Amino acid sequence: MADMATDPLLADITGPTPGQMLRKRIFGHQGLLIGAVVLGVLVLVAIFAPWLAPHDPYAQSLMARMQPPVFLGGSWEHPLGTDHLGRDYLSRLIYGARVSLLIGTVAALISGVIGTAMGVAAGYFGGRVDAVVTFLINVRLAMPVVLVALAVVAIMGGSLQVVIVVLGLLLWDRFAVVMRSSTLQVRGREYVAAARAVGCSTPRILMSEIMPNIVNNLIVVVTLEMAHAILLEAALSFLGLGVQPPTPSWGLMVSEGKNMMLFEPWMVMIPGVVLFVLVLAINLMGDGLRDVTAPENRS
Amino acid sequence: MSDVNKDAPVLELRGVTKTYSVKQGLFGAPKPLTAVNDVTLTLGRGEVLGLVGESGCGKSTLAKILLGLEAPTQGEVLVDGERIDATDRRRLARRIQPIFQDPYSSLNPRKSIEDIVSLPLLVHNVGDAASRTKAVREILDIVGLPARVMQTYPSQMSGGQRQRVAIARALIMKPEIVICDEPTSALDVSVQSQILNLLGDLRSEFGLTYLFISHDLAVIEHLATRVAVMYLGRIVEEADVAGLFDQSRHPYTQALLKSVLTPDPGMGVPDTELGMEYPNPIAPPPGCHFHPRCPAAMDRCKIIAPLPIPTPDGHVECHLFDGDGPEPVRSIS
Ligand SMILES: Nc1ncnc2c1ncn2[C@@H]1O[C@H](COP(=O)(O)OP(=O)(O)O)[C@@H](O)[C@H]1O
Ligand SMILES: [Mg+2]
Repeated sequence: MADMATDPLLADITGPTPGQMLRKRIFGHQGLLIGAVVLGVLVLVAIFAPWLAPHDPYAQSLMARMQPPVFLGGSWEHPLGTDHLGRDYLSRLIYGARVSLLIGTVAALISGVIGTAMGVAAGYFGGRVDAVVTFLINVRLAMPVVLVALAVVAIMGGSLQVVIVVLGLLLWDRFAVVMRSSTLQVRGREYVAAARAVGCSTPRILMSEIMPNIVNNLIVVVTLEMAHAILLEAALSFLGLGVQPPTPSWGLMVSEGKNMMLFEPWMVMIPGVVLFVLVLAINLMGDGLRDVTAPENRS
Repeated sequence: MSDVNKDAPVLELRGVTKTYSVKQGLFGAPKPLTAVNDVTLTLGRGEVLGLVGESGCGKSTLAKILLGLEAPTQGEVLVDGERIDATDRRRLARRIQPIFQDPYSSLNPRKSIEDIVSLPLLVHNVGDAASRTKAVREILDIVGLPARVMQTYPSQMSGGQRQRVAIARALIMKPEIVICDEPTSALDVSVQSQILNLLGDLRSEFGLTYLFISHDLAVIEHLATRVAVMYLGRIVEEADVAGLFDQSRHPYTQALLKSVLTPDPGMGVPDTELGMEYPNPIAPPPGCHFHPRCPAAMDRCKIIAPLPIPTPDGHVECHLFDGDGPEPVRSIS
């Protein structure tokens, strides 16, 4: 980035724009692409579940209980077999994607809004605001998420809404920590001082000077917390304190299959593998986004 | 002498002091750090006041106070006779604008050049989108950038080009005063003089008043009409530029001038040949803050802080001039 010794004004400005560089890096990052494609497919599956599922995920058939998947000698009528109530496993798996993605997205959204507001306020204003937020973060970190979630769900009763809200209200700590330190970093840049000297209001500075420069970190945390929420939902449902039957949830499917695990291990493995693939895809994407959107740290 | 209109100063500082409270270590008690110490300065319309001093002497802190970005602990700042702490921030922003040292940090990397330069217009609700674009094109032309840079981003530009963008942003609202905080010290030597010439041209074109901060007296000589020399937060000498370069009074100024004669191509602190390093501002030396490094230090310099002694074109704070100055009014600090 050296000035041309002759006449720097005649030096052409031909380098790529930040947007072009970002696009180039995205398409050059394999992990990000793989993660995005897998996640994209799963999102499409969730959206088009009614058209993709071969059967009603709730329809029981006592005549066709625990049929094995085709690759274990089953029939194409139920490609992934049926569960202990004779419900089509593939259909439940497809509808289960809705539950996982819904919980992951909404919980990450709620906690993202809470944590970002707290972190940005703490980082930008400092002083007493920072002290209060830091205290709240420490209080929150001292609480074991799973135990608190279990307790709340045990009191309130398990349902999709309760799980989403509980996770949303619990998972904001990482947002707050990361947004606080990112804001602290950006706050000291001279363009923020220039914006203040120009007469910008504090909300405008936060929205148009600070946020665009920390949003890449935010996206990374969103992916992490999405995966976190999805796994926690599965764990809660597995323990019987999350999404309640007969809702098709992957965690619940693992839980329902665990009694048969010795005889029919596929009943646990199929939802387990799908859960693993979803979380892996989200994490690959998060890692990729972190690599791709932080040009300052790379070049 | 400069064309000072002493009756109507554009910018006035009266006894401005800024004390930070700095904590040392995890359990250390906070200690006061006086970054700017009782500074009284006056800038007439069209003047260029060069503020010179080593890194860490409080130049940027003073600039931030003038811009309303930091509140002084004591004293007051007046712009056109109006106290800035009583002035609406946006009103102040129309009168006084900064150009910062580092054009790599002073432009938001996520914004296009057009968005950066038009921000002041947007914030002050000037015109519609089309007229703002037109104004951006005009000001870019004035600072010597082609209109096609409007859609580019700071990362695509060189340091000199970026500094021109920063100048365009500072000037688009036609302020009266521009605070240039070391505007060239982050730039390549070949570009520095271009930016300095541009700033000089703009000053006459827009009738600007500059506070021009630098640690380099050569730059100050090029542009300034008056010079204030800062040491550990105090203005130790103030004079017209010709007077200062012809017969500097303060030993610190003389040391700085000597360093100009042996130019240091780096961008760091000037080599003042003062031997000792810059003192810790948390625990400044007693008496005259400069005495440990002063080649002419006398006994009383170690005990009694010197007072501002008026000179024909400014003032000097040094016991060497006690004899022909008025009696001290201020005691040991
Ligand atoms: N926000 C702050 N908190 C504490 N100390 C500060 C702060 N800003 C500046 N200082 C101190 O004030 C002194 C003057 O700094 P500065 O005005 O940046 O000097 P200069 O611009 O002349 O290099 C330095 O010792 C610096 O460490
Ligand atoms: Mg500085």
